[in-house]
Amino acid sequence: MFEKPMGMRDTFPHLYKMKKQIRSHVESEMSAWGYEFLETPTLEYDETVGEASAILDQQLFKLLDQQGRTLVLRPDMTAPIARVAASKLLKDRNPLRLAYSANVFRAQQREGGRPAEFEQMGVELIGDASVSGDAETIALLISSLRTAGLEDFTISIGHMGFVQELFLQIVGTEERAQQLKRYLYDKNYVGYRKHVESLSLSSIDKQRLLRLLTIRGNGDSIQDARELLEGDKGTEPLSELEELLSILEEYNLTQYVTMDVSLVSHMSYYTGVLFEVYADKVGYSLGNGGRYNHLLHKFGAQVAATGFGIRLDYLIEALSPQAEKSETLLVLFSAERRKEAIDFTYKLRSEGRQVISQDVTGVKDMDRFTAQFTEVEWMVGRSGKAGV
Amino acid sequence: MKELTIAMPKGRIFEEAVVMLKNAGYRLPPEFDDSRKLIIEVPEEKLRFILAKPMDVPTYVEHGVADLGIAGKDVMLEEERDVYELLDLAISHCYLAVAGLPDTVMNEVAPKIATKYPNVASSYFREQGEQVEIIKLNGSIEIAPIIGLTDRIVDIVSTGRTLKENGLVEYERIVDITSRLIVNPVSYRIKHQRIQEMVDRLDDVISKETIR
Repeated sequence: MFEKPMGMRDTFPHLYKMKKQIRSHVESEMSAWGYEFLETPTLEYDETVGEASAILDQQLFKLLDQQGRTLVLRPDMTAPIARVAASKLLKDRNPLRLAYSANVFRAQQREGGRPAEFEQMGVELIGDASVSGDAETIALLISSLRTAGLEDFTISIGHMGFVQELFLQIVGTEERAQQLKRYLYDKNYVGYRKHVESLSLSSIDKQRLLRLLTIRGNGDSIQDARELLEGDKGTEPLSELEELLSILEEYNLTQYVTMDVSLVSHMSYYTGVLFEVYADKVGYSLGNGGRYNHLLHKFGAQVAATGFGIRLDYLIEALSPQAEKSETLLVLFSAERRKEAIDFTYKLRSEGRQVISQDVTGVKDMDRFTAQFTEVEWMVGRSGKAGV
Repeated sequence: MKELTIAMPKGRIFEEAVVMLKNAGYRLPPEFDDSRKLIIEVPEEKLRFILAKPMDVPTYVEHGVADLGIAGKDVMLEEERDVYELLDLAISHCYLAVAGLPDTVMNEVAPKIATKYPNVASSYFREQGEQVEIIKLNGSIEIAPIIGLTDRIVDIVSTGRTLKENGLVEYERIVDITSRLIVNPVSYRIKHQRIQEMVDRLDDVISKETIR
């Protein structure tokens, strides 16, 4: 066997077909919402796209170009799209709706299962700071998943601004707030509780921090979260979540979403509403997204943006689709009837059939080869009609 | 009601965890503890248990083949899996420590450390500013300094008896260890109600125990 670099995978024909099928469904849904597809280079500069990306530095594949500048294999599509939008496309249209379907690269720390290159599909809505914009991306995410055939999924929605505000109100400094955020980001609730207990705070403030972990659901959770805050200060994020939920009600989509105000899916990237998708049969999040208003600033455009990305590999795992069985016709010919076979196969192909034309002298084990096809057409010998 | 799959570590933690689940009101069959099976179904509670090597529990949970798991903090630190650590079960108390032969100093050139926990050991010594060589062993760690393989070991200590019997002494205490209830991130969302109920019931048991 010839080895591949860690985390790199081949996509065999069977899987390729499934991927293509799902990709085309999702692509047409995104297009139907007016999102335009684009491509960006696989390699980008580390100091621009690499730095701006949400992906951790240790997960980047880096290399040097001939001038000695550091390049990265794009770890996500959001940063490259922000670069393109800021430097060119936003001048023509604002708000801008863009979509992509592309392979991204993330180096894996450990062996076993996790791919280092995978396909991501997603959209970015750039220049729209309204809550309607957040709602639109979530609604499109739901539509995309449903068009792909997925029904059993949940989208958890939180708000970075709320967590930030609550922590700052209670612990006072950015540094201490970061520490608490880190525990949530690491999903370490035990550590979070122990840390809260160790802080020199009033027992009321400790309770406020501990309560955060248990608030969840669409009913009263936003109201419950509001009670954690002091007075009316810093309630804008919660008002945004309320508005978001009521817009999703207008879309008739609330059954797919759950409010989770303690959700922290990245340490610093997201600035507002953020969300993650979970499906029943897959142990990992299928995709995520949110508002990332600071990213465009890094590329010199003072505009807001929101978007999401879906991992195609996990989506396939969740769907476990049956690829249509190949209906390829095998035409076996000998030299005498080659011309006849060529005309015959051209005609069938123009009618949209998949046809293989194969010289019989090119096959070593005929029984084994023909066994793979349900339909075989023999065009051998000097005369006579084609027999099946 | 959705079925929950729980990955349980074989051995000492298993027994303590079973007692705990029973105290939390889960009706587990009486012959549960001495079963040799690797998968135990408890249909009346809609629970399914997978019995695994302690080190493997977070792996099962991360990949989602088990919704929940019970794992020592030592394993969590070593494996760094992407799972929720929801509850400190406060069972199987022990700690990770650095030990070695009495009255010895570490070789200054290239001190060697034997351990089952290479990640934990290497990050601990890095934080201390010590440059060490980690040698991974899968068992009988205590033997390493005695036969001259390494200067020190990093291992779990519960009573200190094993160290004593092998003529070793403890040099530094690294971190206290208890067992944790861990949860797959997707299960935590999709089966939230059932999981939260289990967390609350176990939490009740824990707080009663600590009061007593």
